Amino acid sequence: MSTLVYINSSNGIGKAALEVVSYAKKLGNDVVVVANGNADEASLASLGEYGASKVMVDRSVEGDSQQVTRMIASAAEATGASTVIFSHDLTAKSVAPRLSVRMKAGLVSGAVAVPEGNTVKVNVFSGKAFGHVKINTDKKIISLLPNSIQPEGGGSACSVEDFASNAGDSSIKVLETKKPEGEIPLPEAELVVSAGRGLKGPENWGMVEELASELGAATACSRPVADIGWRPHHEHVGQTGVAIRPNLYIAAGISGAIQHLAGVNGSKVIVVVNTDAEAPFFKAADYGIVGDAFEVLPRLTEAVKKFKSSN
Amino acid sequence: MKLLVCISKSPDTTSKISFTEGNSKFDENGVQYIVNPYDEWYALVRALELKEAGGGTVTICTVGSVADDSVIRKALAIGADAAVRIDAEPTDAYYTAMQIAEYAKANEFDLVLTGKETINYNGSQVGGMLAEALDVPFISLASKLDVNGSTATVETEIAGGVQVCEVSIPAVISCAKGMAEQRIPNMRGIMAARTKPLTVVAPADIQALTSFENYDLPPAKAACKMIDPENMDELVSLLHNEAKVI
Ligand SMILES: Cc1cc2nc3c(=O)[nH]c(=O)nc-3n(C[C@H](O)[C@H](O)[C@H](O)COP(=O)(O)OP(=O)(O)OC[C@H]3O[C@@H](n4cnc5c(N)ncnc54)[C@H](O)[C@@H]3O)c2cc1C
Ligand SMILES: Nc1ncnc2c1ncn2[C@@H]1O[C@H](COP(=O)(O)O)[C@@H](O)[C@H]1O
Repeated sequence: MSTLVYINSSNGIGKAALEVVSYAKKLGNDVVVVANGNADEASLASLGEYGASKVMVDRSVEGDSQQVTRMIASAAEATGASTVIFSHDLTAKSVAPRLSVRMKAGLVSGAVAVPEGNTVKVNVFSGKAFGHVKINTDKKIISLLPNSIQPEGGGSACSVEDFASNAGDSSIKVLETKKPEGEIPLPEAELVVSAGRGLKGPENWGMVEELASELGAATACSRPVADIGWRPHHEHVGQTGVAIRPNLYIAAGISGAIQHLAGVNGSKVIVVVNTDAEAPFFKAADYGIVGDAFEVLPRLTEAVKKFKSSN
Repeated sequence: MKLLVCISKSPDTTSKISFTEGNSKFDENGVQYIVNPYDEWYALVRALELKEAGGGTVTICTVGSVADDSVIRKALAIGADAAVRIDAEPTDAYYTAMQIAEYAKANEFDLVLTGKETINYNGSQVGGMLAEALDVPFISLASKLDVNGSTATVETEIAGGVQVCEVSIPAVISCAKGMAEQRIPNMRGIMAARTKPLTVVAPADIQALTSFENYDLPPAKAACKMIDPENMDELVSLLHNEAKVI
């Protein structure tokens, strides 16, 4: 019996890839990785350190969901794997459901823990509760919420094989890819500094960016701020924006409406800065500062600078 | 162009989330249902815009019970032409998607739109499953969509950026923020919705692949530690030594 792990290596091997391989290892069976994308052989082989026994790579397969689905299905057939693991990212959201239908395998998405028997714990109601979902089929697909388990290394590199999956042509044609340079993509960021309407205007975001750059954090915002155009749309977190689970979320001038919390309540530690001691966000916070963001943020930036220079 | 928009209901975003029957059931007591925001604000409104620009029809489809009819009427009030309700409990995403697939196969749509995810179960599964069952391309988390003849141009979020791609229709597309602006139904729309056709069809014989066993709520958060706004060194030290996040 083996467990198949899918990895898109187009952007190299990131932390999410190490998480899914470590997760698969915990299921107890032999772990085989099937990958597309152009990561080099050494970084693919390094997945062995986290528990993979081999990596099968088909570099001819691009990002199209139909193609990737066919590739994984043929790898599952070749290895006899009955369980497939994804990281619950954008590719998984387009591929895992297709694969579920193709393999007639029950799919659980957004897993936050290792299964107990056939039951997997997931995030539901936008992070306000957990559900325990039972998979009633022999074949199973699980997509793991990023930042849910710690990668566990310590093994040794594994073999990397070329895999001709005969996945067919891509049904989509990519015309253009735009990536803002040098920014940390919000969903991957471990530290996030976020601000809301309390900052009064886009001209005041300098202090948010300075704190973020001092910490090496990404920046985010509440919905109204993106809607009025003070900040770009991709920074909007919450129910209708991006859901994030960083280690640290610093929120300044955000009231903490339930729809905002829905996107950030998976954060490990929340710091709230608000002039209003009654702001609902304090109920969800670990550390609270009742104060004016215009004074507190620059002071915090200075404190971080001081801390960094003495450590 | 014939457009199909998959509409689900979700608890009003301010609903208190609790469970009954030994934590095995979502407690609906006092819960107001709304059209799932992604389905309404993004998928449905963009479908209406495409119809207004290029002609055609917008049909909405829901797998649900008679209790969902009020939510379906809300979506009709925003401007859909007709509604179909497949009369069954949507037990899991596979069951739901296969039901919609049966209907879609029999009625040949040019484009099927879903929301990015339901805000109660957050699976992001139905659209992709539907696409596989229909054997058509699927693009998830689209933030822009235009159709020209038999080609759709779609902008999607990718890790840390956006991608623009082309796909031939028929296709399934899941819709996220950016697609369209929210529309508030007006009185005329609400009146018209009462007489628009809402067809109820019997479900196909499908077996769900997964089942929700029970739920639990996250442990209550320890009280928030308040820090003197003058003393940010203390915060930094707590984040480093106590929380261990920096
Ligand atoms: C269906 C639905 C979906 C939604 N989805 C989202 C979503 O995804 N994300 C989201 O964010 N919102 C969402 N909302 C909106 C949400 O309900 C709130 O309206 C929004 O989050 C409020 O944004 P805010 O906290 O920036 O602004 P406000 O509510 O105006 O709060 C500003 C806060 O700043 C504080 N403040 C003022 N001056 C200062 C100062 N000098 N220093 C420090 N603090 C100060 C105030 O005390 C106040 O608490 C949604 C709403 C609905 C109905
Ligand atoms: N019961 C349902 N009836 C019709 N469409 C649904 C139903 N459940 C989910 N959908 C559609 O599928 C999308 C994704 O749902 P999910 O896979 O549950 O996150 C939703 O945004 C809807 O467009």
